Amino acid sequence: MSKRGAAASLTVRGVSKRFGSFSALNDISLDIARGEFLTLLGPSGSGKTTLLLILAGFEAPTEGRLLSDDRDITELPAETRSYGMVFQGYALFPHMSVESNIAFPLQVRHTAPAEIKRRVGEMIERVGLRGHEKKLPAKLSGGQQQRVALARALVFEPGVLLLDEPFSALDKNLREQMQAEVKRLHQETGTTFVFVTHDQSEALALSTRVAIFDHGRLQQIGRPDEVYERPENRFVAEFLGEINLLPLQDLRVESGVASGMFEDRRLTVPAEAANGAGAILAIRPEHLGIAANTPAPQSGNAIRAALDDVVYQGGITRLKLRTAGGAPITLSLASGQAASLLQSGGPFWIHWPTDQGRLLPAPKS
Amino acid sequence: MSRRAAFRAGLVLLVPLLLFVLLAYGIPFFGVVEWSVTEPTFGFTQYVRLTQDPLVLSVFVRTFRICAVVTVCAVVGAYAIAYLWVRGTPLQRNIAEFCILVPFWISVLTRAFGWLALLSSRGLINTWLQSIGFVSEPLTLVRNEFGVIVGMTHFLLPYAVFPIASAMRNLDDRVLMAARGLGARRSRVFWTVFVPMTASGVLGAALIVFVFALGFFVTPAILGGGRSVMIAELVYLRMFQSIDWGLGAAMSVALLLIVGLLAALMFRFLKPAGLVR
Repeated sequence: MSKRGAAASLTVRGVSKRFGSFSALNDISLDIARGEFLTLLGPSGSGKTTLLLILAGFEAPTEGRLLSDDRDITELPAETRSYGMVFQGYALFPHMSVESNIAFPLQVRHTAPAEIKRRVGEMIERVGLRGHEKKLPAKLSGGQQQRVALARALVFEPGVLLLDEPFSALDKNLREQMQAEVKRLHQETGTTFVFVTHDQSEALALSTRVAIFDHGRLQQIGRPDEVYERPENRFVAEFLGEINLLPLQDLRVESGVASGMFEDRRLTVPAEAANGAGAILAIRPEHLGIAANTPAPQSGNAIRAALDDVVYQGGITRLKLRTAGGAPITLSLASGQAASLLQSGGPFWIHWPTDQGRLLPAPKS
Repeated sequence: MSRRAAFRAGLVLLVPLLLFVLLAYGIPFFGVVEWSVTEPTFGFTQYVRLTQDPLVLSVFVRTFRICAVVTVCAVVGAYAIAYLWVRGTPLQRNIAEFCILVPFWISVLTRAFGWLALLSSRGLINTWLQSIGFVSEPLTLVRNEFGVIVGMTHFLLPYAVFPIASAMRNLDDRVLMAARGLGARRSRVFWTVFVPMTASGVLGAALIVFVFALGFFVTPAILGGGRSVMIAELVYLRMFQSIDWGLGAAMSVALLLIVGLLAALMFRFLKPAGLVR
């Protein structure tokens, strides 16, 4: 059991999990630093929840080891590891009041009654549930139940807090409010948070690092800006947000620059962005510039495209374009800029600095 | 089909059931009520006798005592079996299911005689106890309340399993995981989370067993050997041996009212699982 108040580190070493012939996790290795906010991100069935349950001790890995602060915890049962956990649907004790729910982990640890009272009171204050202490969970709103679940999981100051899609049942506004609250609780407690979600914007907004899963494999792990700006494969690139993918022919690498033919233009990316033998150039819509009628810009990459559709989204406007060869291009612009540009009917030059593009391999499978 | 038409079609389908209830239960019951206030003369004399006749009162008290003990025994046993049935390994589940269903194939009479064979003074249990020298004189295990309680518990236990198992199945596994994740050992999870969360199933089971037990006839008649008479047996004796139809009918009506009251209280305050949704 971790010391009270001390955040713990976790190390996952070569963990696999098979259910019969189905391989839910395949040789996962990653380190979770003390006090980190790591998000396990992926579509349903990607293995992220299985890994969380293995970290919690509810599932045993078929292969591999788990370490916490360099101690092997693979065989420790969940009740001994005793990490705080917030479940999808909250899993509150329906027969206990808010207060008793939050006091439960302390009672289990035989904390002195006066101390229980003090810490439960403190926690209720912290999550803003003053006045609801005596209510049963069924009498609370979704957001309030969520707060009880967080308070219950944090009141005994666990070394690690595990959260399994805690916001999936909340509407958008409440969701954003709770995200801010979880972020604040992370900063205040300094505990290691491991958070599971399938929502990429949630992952990018909350985490210090994001681990992206697909088909039971770890696709990439890194800071939010790293995985978003420098995805290592097509799955990561597409899962984290809209991205343009341009297939390149006749790939060459010379003097620090990789280049390939897209339709009738040679496009370049920095050689270090050329990942493996890939032949797809990936570029985010917000990195693209657009110009009407002018000759092709001299520096950087440029391709010719005709406008298909305009999607006004308030602050930004998305332009859907099509190249001469029929490849779709999406581009986002500040709405003010888009209005003046659209005066002229096109065709347009799409351009971007060479260092913004990435060359991608096909996804690992 | 419009909703209204669907509703009407539903009513039509219910008609046979309602007719059956009316013919098989309603009319005979009103017949019994009628006897209780007309036999031998018109009035409530039989109900007054009910509250004054020491024999009737002692039989009522004994009936409730036996039913209470049987209910506790059957529900505790059923809880353990339901637990295996719902949460055991696949092998345990199969065995539990078999043991729950088999008793339904054997008639109540056969089972009562089976217990007689086991419990009587020259039965298997006493013979064995004497052969190992544990007792010198045979124990009186039957033709008394003990025998009645054993036989009734055995008969009613499977009925208690179903509402309890249903409550256990409805329980969200994640709540149990949460309790363990918060540091509670298995026994603690069981007593502070699992048992309270399945309490509604226990109440439902208790209600079924208790109500069912109140009207028991065959088992107490055989295993009680006339020495621990319960209400149903007394009704039978009054009607067919003393030809005291009025008192028998009044006892039946009183029993029904008590059962109805108990059930109403339980539904009102406790919402037992497996009976209400």
